[in-house]
Amino acid sequence: MSCDDKVDCGRRRLLVATAAAGGVAGVAVAVPFVASMLPSERAKAAGAPVEVDISKLAPGQMMTVEWRGKPVWIINRTKEQLESLAKVADKLADPKSDKNMQPDYAKNETRSIKPEILVAVGICTHLGCSPTEKFKTGAESGIEADWQGGFFCPCHGSTFDLAGRVYKSKPAPDNLEIPPHMYLGDAKLIIGEDKKA
Amino acid sequence: MSKVNAILQGTLNWVDERFPLTTLWKEHLAEYYAPKNFNFWYFFGSLAMLVLVIQIVTGILLTMHFKPDASLNASGVPVAFASVEYIMRDVPWGWLIRYMHSTGASAFFLVVYLHMFRGMLYGSYRKPRELIWIFGMIIFLALMAEAFFGYLLPWGQMSFWGAQVIVNLFSAIPLIGPDLSLWLRGDYVVGDATLNRFFAFHVVAVPMVLLGLVAAHIIALHEVGSNNPDGVEIKKKKDANGIPLDGIPFHPYYTVKDIVGVIVFLMVFSIIVFFMPEFGGYFLEYNNFFPADPLVTPPHIAPVWYFTPYYSILRAVNFSVFGLEAKFLGVMAMGASTLIIALLPWLDRSPVKSIRYRGPLYKGFLAAFVISFFILGYLGMLGPTPMRTIVAQICSVIYFAFFLLMPIYSSLDKCQPEPDRVTSK
Repeated sequence: MSCDDKVDCGRRRLLVATAAAGGVAGVAVAVPFVASMLPSERAKAAGAPVEVDISKLAPGQMMTVEWRGKPVWIINRTKEQLESLAKVADKLADPKSDKNMQPDYAKNETRSIKPEILVAVGICTHLGCSPTEKFKTGAESGIEADWQGGFFCPCHGSTFDLAGRVYKSKPAPDNLEIPPHMYLGDAKLIIGEDKKA
Repeated sequence: MSKVNAILQGTLNWVDERFPLTTLWKEHLAEYYAPKNFNFWYFFGSLAMLVLVIQIVTGILLTMHFKPDASLNASGVPVAFASVEYIMRDVPWGWLIRYMHSTGASAFFLVVYLHMFRGMLYGSYRKPRELIWIFGMIIFLALMAEAFFGYLLPWGQMSFWGAQVIVNLFSAIPLIGPDLSLWLRGDYVVGDATLNRFFAFHVVAVPMVLLGLVAAHIIALHEVGSNNPDGVEIKKKKDANGIPLDGIPFHPYYTVKDIVGVIVFLMVFSIIVFFMPEFGGYFLEYNNFFPADPLVTPPHIAPVWYFTPYYSILRAVNFSVFGLEAKFLGVMAMGASTLIIALLPWLDRSPVKSIRYRGPLYKGFLAAFVISFFILGYLGMLGPTPMRTIVAQICSVIYFAFFLLMPIYSSLDKCQPEPDRVTSK
């Protein structure tokens, strides 16, 4: 800052110091204001694990449970449906589940602990819609002639196979998330908790 | 009588010594000289102000009965959803106020789109009116935010899933995206926290910003003066008193003209409010008559009509480039499609402002732009199929080409000479 005869440099310095202190105080006050919009303690505490009885889930059937406000699908895949997973592999964006969208115990061909039972968060990785089940195969599905069954997102048209893996050239970047889960006995499943925890 | 006049004059003088009432009246109405050749397209600015007033008045009345609460009531219906139904059924005239507000939202966008298109037809964004255009574009963005926040409040299926999609748009931003959308939502899912803050934004924050911006828009306009259908500056030819030869006082000439526009507008508005408030699902989507269900996305989801062109552009980007994910690129393309409009003052290199004197190149590009805008808008209402995606991609290219190629074609174009003064038919 240049000081000439007409400017009282002491006062000018005081003005600058006051403005700087005021600016710092303003920014400091913005922190609690901005932070107040983050999830509250109550929101963080919600989200306890969910216990599900899957004994009545017949092959080919699907059920939806709520976990942390999100739909979690449990699908009992038939033999044909499991066989379809290999057939579609070359049309998928991430067929080997290399991206970290699942716990390590679900990083396999079926993306599941038990081969037939898929547990997946039913939220499209694009913008968060819940895809619709399209288990019917072929042209009847309304998707394509050699459709092998899977899921179709009504919002932006992403498609997923029966292991929740996303097809290539679709808006969704990743496979569906597999939540942490484990079995308590044959037909009892707990979602939101696994053996590591 | 003269005694009454003297008292009134005295009161006015008393006020004028303390507040520039007469000066403001003259500057903005009685002695604001607007070009005498305004046509049909010039109704929409004042109509936008009218709709703003309708939205504020009906909005205040709705706030008295609405409850931004996502918890379930004794009958298992979300409180917010139930309070809208309460307004519709039990509040005296509540249905009318609510339908005015919901129809007003669509009317606002219709009027603003026509107002913006007027600016494009006659080059109203050109120098020295760049800041008017910028303020206008920020108003447009604030209006989109206002509509988006307001749309969550009835807490129906479309409210919920629309908010879910739009908040997740922010998660596409690299690094900070996921935390940013978490901060916007205030919870890990769209929920009660989201509803409450959207209510605060919708009724307090955004309307205040809007009012301030509208004031800035008008102050900037009255500083430089209005453009006109010929795109020539009326201030270049003034009479002995310094008044533009082709200018007429805004009041009474244009206040009276605008009242005619208001009457016609209110007739159409009333027909919609009274006879077709849902407007075939375009103004109030049918799926929004179901309460929000976080577990099921409706099989057909589409934004309200005024967002569909940008939504189509978002959806059209389904490929990755340079390792950038399609999701991120789509969001960027959608953002760019709205922001690029703000750059018009600097993209347009034509020697003339008005469409009346522009050459065939500009007219061709503008026609292609308008057609692609409508096609994108139409496609955005439909579900995605591979064929429609290709059409949307072609239209998106035309949409951006209109802006990005403008510096080239607008300077190459064969324009006709502008007249010295405005013309009237």
